[in-house]
Amino acid sequence: MPTTNPHRSRRRRRDALVFLAFAGPNLLLIAAFIYYPLLSNLFYSTLNWRMGSTRATNAGFDNYVRLFTSPAGAEMWRVTITFTVVTVLASMVLGLLVALALNHRVPGVTAGRTAIFAPYVLSGVGVGMVWNFIFDPQLGVLGHVLRTLGARSPEWYLDGDLALVMVMIVYVWKNLGFCAVVFLAGLQSIPKDLMEAARIDRAGALRRFFRVTLPLLSPTVFFLTVTTILSSMQAFDILKIMTPSGNGTNTIVFELYLQGFGPYQNAGYAAAISVVLFVVLFAITAFQMRYVEKRVHYA
Amino acid sequence: MSAIHVSEWRQAFSRRNLAATVAGGYLPILIAMAIIVLPLLWMAVASFKPAGEIITMQPTFLPQEPTLDNYRHVAGTVPLLTVLGNSLIVTIVGSVIKVVLAVTTAYALVFIDFRFKNAVFLAILVALMVPPEAALLPNYMTISALGGRNTLWGIILPGLGTAFGTFLLRQQFKTLPKDLLEAAALDGAGHAKRLWRIVAPVSAPTIATVALVTIVGEWNSFMWPLIITDSVHMMTLPVGLNLLQSIEGQTGSYGYLMAGAVLVIVPVLVVFAALQRFIVSGLTQGAVK
Repeated sequence: MPTTNPHRSRRRRRDALVFLAFAGPNLLLIAAFIYYPLLSNLFYSTLNWRMGSTRATNAGFDNYVRLFTSPAGAEMWRVTITFTVVTVLASMVLGLLVALALNHRVPGVTAGRTAIFAPYVLSGVGVGMVWNFIFDPQLGVLGHVLRTLGARSPEWYLDGDLALVMVMIVYVWKNLGFCAVVFLAGLQSIPKDLMEAARIDRAGALRRFFRVTLPLLSPTVFFLTVTTILSSMQAFDILKIMTPSGNGTNTIVFELYLQGFGPYQNAGYAAAISVVLFVVLFAITAFQMRYVEKRVHYA
Repeated sequence: MSAIHVSEWRQAFSRRNLAATVAGGYLPILIAMAIIVLPLLWMAVASFKPAGEIITMQPTFLPQEPTLDNYRHVAGTVPLLTVLGNSLIVTIVGSVIKVVLAVTTAYALVFIDFRFKNAVFLAILVALMVPPEAALLPNYMTISALGGRNTLWGIILPGLGTAFGTFLLRQQFKTLPKDLLEAAALDGAGHAKRLWRIVAPVSAPTIATVALVTIVGEWNSFMWPLIITDSVHMMTLPVGLNLLQSIEGQTGSYGYLMAGAVLVIVPVLVVFAALQRFIVSGLTQGAVK
């Protein structure tokens, strides 16, 4: 560097110090509680180690092998994939329908938008408690409604498949408002004259939707697909409150909790799950960032 | 001109158009709103029902003999004031520190010359992609080793490093005109003064957005506080409610449980209703614009 000017290099050093004073504490915290854990998980994941124990033996890659080949591992992937695919599709389709309903210039739409977004900001613990009451086969309001219709309430809590259906319904209830509001913003950014032109060409409502609206919404669809996959894979609060020790509802993050801190106390295995969780979610986010960067002008 | 106007009016208020508006516009919205609002309303009314009106085959919508017993019972099962206080402290202290750190970090990234600035930004961007659950186990080991189990600082500390707020504020700061700050620099104002006197005030809406999203997140935060506390006196509200659910869930004492749910849900609903513009824009960042 040709800058031998002592004045300039002193200023540069002072700027560096000010930078560290401003950003240093945050960077230290990020290093200690985000980066360091990533590395130490790699080490923990090679151990056969019970939570709370001071002794551990080397397990090599056993924990990873277990995660992909054992029946419990296979069950975790089955539940995670089912939960993610169903909740992502359901919240996007329902969210789009709600957004289309809200995309009218009628008074009261703002209130509707607020109400539909609200569950997204509420505590998953509180939401889970409310729905526990609704789904209770004896005392729940759903059971009452089914009985007046002459049906019987399913045993939501006893059967693993039903329990999974139940937590997916609640999860979609809580999150679909997010999709709806993002879709609504996308719909409102579609130029009016495009729709007008399609109407003049006598395109029917369905045709207008599939030929004009949906293609123009594709960046929104893409953004929502990625973000909802990420959040579905991190679901925890509702699952823990509605099925406390897991019952056909062990998605990857819930299984991580149950293995590390729940009844199993399998810290090495939980660390292996953490590493895999990070790799999967990181890959999805990195893919999105690259892709979105390229086509941001469409949005 | 006015003829078109009149006919447009007549068309707008024709029976057919009104019916179409109601069916196409209002009906779906009303159904969607009912599905969202009714469970929350059911929670609120049930929290005032005596046990006999919960354990019944003919439930009524409104409580016949409204009572506060459920809330009293919750307070008797978990130390409610302590738990509420813990939640408030964790939310306020955690949010204030996080927002200040986000503001200062974003300022440094935009306005202070530093050779490794891009590397630092990349490190923050990558941190944004790390799911917090993946750091759970090592953070538990770290905080335990520091003696932070069952302490409020142990609940607060690991979440303080903030990538989300830093990222959002950096984008906002980059839109500020440079000459605004250059004038202040010529007047001899240091970086601290430039930040708090100029940058922070003109960025107040974005800072409010980050603050509100952070506050809601801290209040609702469940997994980490659940793991790092097992003494009921150190629990935050969601963790205390998890305990309540495990005690009362078996016996179907839903009145108590709904009272508990009201305590964690209603404060956020009130804040959200008042400030939804900021919260929605903060939470949907990246999607819009």
